[in-house]
Amino acid sequence: MKIYADNAATTAMSEAAIEAMTKCMREIYGNPSSLHTVGQTAMEELDRAREEAASLLGCRADEITFTSGGSESDTQALTSAAAIGERKGKKHIISTAFEHHAILHTLDALKKRGFEITLLPVPENGLISPDAVRDAIREDTCLVSVMFANNEIGTIQPIREIGAVCRERGVIFHTDAVQAVGHVHINVVDDNIDMLSLSAHKFHGPKGVGILYAKKGIRLSNVIFGGAQEKGKRAGTENLPAIVGMVAAMKEACDGIDKAKDYLIPRRDRLIDGLSKISHSIVNGDRDSRLPGNVHMCFEGIEGESLLLLLDDRGISASSGSACTSGSLDPSHVLLSIGRPHEIAHGSLRLTLDESITDEAVDYMIKNVEEVVSYLRKISPLWNEKVSGEREFILN
Amino acid sequence: MALYSEKVMDHFKNPRNVGTIEDASGVGTVGNAKCGDIMKIYLKIEDNIIVDVKFETFGCGSAIASSSMATVMIKGKSVDEALELSNKAVAEALDGLPKHKMHCSLLAEEAIKAAVKDYYDKAGIEYDHEMFKDLGEHDEDED
Repeated sequence: MKIYADNAATTAMSEAAIEAMTKCMREIYGNPSSLHTVGQTAMEELDRAREEAASLLGCRADEITFTSGGSESDTQALTSAAAIGERKGKKHIISTAFEHHAILHTLDALKKRGFEITLLPVPENGLISPDAVRDAIREDTCLVSVMFANNEIGTIQPIREIGAVCRERGVIFHTDAVQAVGHVHINVVDDNIDMLSLSAHKFHGPKGVGILYAKKGIRLSNVIFGGAQEKGKRAGTENLPAIVGMVAAMKEACDGIDKAKDYLIPRRDRLIDGLSKISHSIVNGDRDSRLPGNVHMCFEGIEGESLLLLLDDRGISASSGSACTSGSLDPSHVLLSIGRPHEIAHGSLRLTLDESITDEAVDYMIKNVEEVVSYLRKISPLWNEKVSGEREFILN
Repeated sequence: MALYSEKVMDHFKNPRNVGTIEDASGVGTVGNAKCGDIMKIYLKIEDNIIVDVKFETFGCGSAIASSSMATVMIKGKSVDEALELSNKAVAEALDGLPKHKMHCSLLAEEAIKAAVKDYYDKAGIEYDHEMFKDLGEHDEDED
């Protein structure tokens, strides 16, 4: 059996997106900046895509900037808000300890430019409280950035409430919604969002394309300099086929959110319940406020990369926050942020489902994870020392 | 998976000499839980020959493969030959390891040395302490 359970990493492209893209590649090859008819046809297509994307997010078309994806959108959002703050003498930024590295590394760069960064600690349930944001806001705070849904443990943040706190204090609020768009309902107006990043390939769109939404009045600073595309804020000839494919996928995903939830949540929960029966294991992140397709567990006494490779051998594509998959010695900063000890964080497994998952596949995953965990524990000196009482168990 | 050679995958998926030896002549453990890898090597030594060797490993694919390959390489060899086994030789026998995984082969080399040291200590055999001076580096430092 072949099961792709790594949809948080990337998704298979939807037929609608492929069709929209190939049609665009065949028929609309013009440069939207050209004045002739071929170019203007492309410009019209670009405008249509922008309008559609705007209506799906609940914003205005001129608040949409097309980018190369989540990392670029995050970088541009943060550096733009920082520049606005700097002009007002406000150089304090609030974010969280479990953000994506696109946020954390941009914040590192801003720190070097003299900004003070507060990274809010993350509670064990993986949910940032609006009160924690309120308490951290200072007179000189220019930006709050909190991810919509965590890319590893899948927890969905109380974005609307956090946004309201920021509104109340007049601070720009950015959210990295890369994992959330197309999976949970988002309306930037209702949700009090000033800036939002998204990436097409997380909702069955193409790779290398995304959006930065910035509320009217928020002046963007360039990350890429050059021509006058995207109101001069993002140079480079627009990747029209990718943009058209993204919007087609986005429409399909956003229209299907409720249906997908109804299908996925029972299967996600059955998978979590099944895996939780493995002794000395723990679910990471809140059980309820989490993405419909996200399952994230730690198993004591084993290391995630070997689990991942053996599952791959059994046809299951999974992911791990294990250090050994990334080449660093430290395990996932997300798992450490919610208080998992290093040893436990090393034994992590992320399974992220899409609607192609069947009940049979869920059962297959439960059975195979059980078998592989049990095998790896049998050859693990760490596990055997716990069983013999030489070491103490950390998880129940 | 292109990350690893076929040999690494073979030794990872079908590890040789997995297990423990009840009446081992020497046991060596290196690595720690915090860093995500622990290797434990059991040696059965008769007349200075390693007649049996087993291992247990907590760690990634290349850690398990390195342990397996290292045990294969020293089984039936003399203790002195086992002490000469280098991490590079283990990695080469596996048709190479990714650069950031080379420490796994080093753990295998050190686990064998630690097991031999334990054997020397238990059997009361004199040895040059200099030979084993770096093994402490990876010892437990959990927090």
